[in-house]
Amino acid sequence: MDASYISPFVSSIQNVFTMMLQLPVTVGNPRIKTGGKASHDVSGVIGMSGDVVGSIVLSFPRSTAESVVSLFSGEQLGVDSPDFADAIGELVNMVSGGAKAEFTGKRVSISCPSVVVGENHHIAMQKDVPCVVIPCETDCGELTIEVSIQVQPESSATNTQTASA
Amino acid sequence: MRVMLIDDSKTMRNIQKSVLGQLGYTEIEEACDGQDALSKIGAFSPELILVDWNMPNMDGLTFVKTLRQTDKTTPMIMVTTEAEKSRVIEAIKAGVNNYVVKPFTPDLLGQRIDETISKLEASA
Repeated sequence: MDASYISPFVSSIQNVFTMMLQLPVTVGNPRIKTGGKASHDVSGVIGMSGDVVGSIVLSFPRSTAESVVSLFSGEQLGVDSPDFADAIGELVNMVSGGAKAEFTGKRVSISCPSVVVGENHHIAMQKDVPCVVIPCETDCGELTIEVSIQVQPESSATNTQTASA
Repeated sequence: MRVMLIDDSKTMRNIQKSVLGQLGYTEIEEACDGQDALSKIGAFSPELILVDWNMPNMDGLTFVKTLRQTDKTTPMIMVTTEAEKSRVIEAIKAGVNNYVVKPFTPDLLGQRIDETISKLEASA
């Protein structure tokens, strides 16, 4: 995966968390993920399609997720509340949407988000696409963004032709 | 002023409702997607509509295009994560009057609402 596709997610999560939650995010060193186990207990998942395909996961330990949702929604919500999943889904939606806007010249769509809650859950991703895990630290605790995307070859060819026309 | 909020996220509707409340707008109807909004719009007769883009069943762009076939005047603000210039142009062409990219601050959303209403009043 092109490293330039990682930085939009870093800037987007910092922008979303600072603007909507007043919660600064410190980003650690990205690493390649091995295995399908989610980083933490609560995962917001969104798919990308079009010129860039793959998936984005925002994964939180339960306590971090509860604190973040409380900041975002203004109320204390347990993980069993439908509004809890709604808030996590909207966060991953905003982070993915902000990042995709940085893919200049690419036509990309994002799916409606899904949220998975449970210890040791697995999220199946495309086997031939590496998943980059970006660790993040906030005053509410740690979380990760997992980015597993690839640019469609047809898109690269089209863009090259357009650029040289 | 009657305001309709269309967003599949209840959290986002609550945030927008809070901003509207601070601006003094309390007569608010909520809808969770374009279809839901179309089913409620006749009875509520909104004077301002805030609409998300990506929603299940009927997305915001389809809603705007559908409503504009019969209603050319009710002001609509698209509030969405879709930040690309091409998307903004697409939404304006479809008939939205203003555009707010998520994430937003309460001040920014408030400004866009004020702008939209001021333009409407100036053209009346």
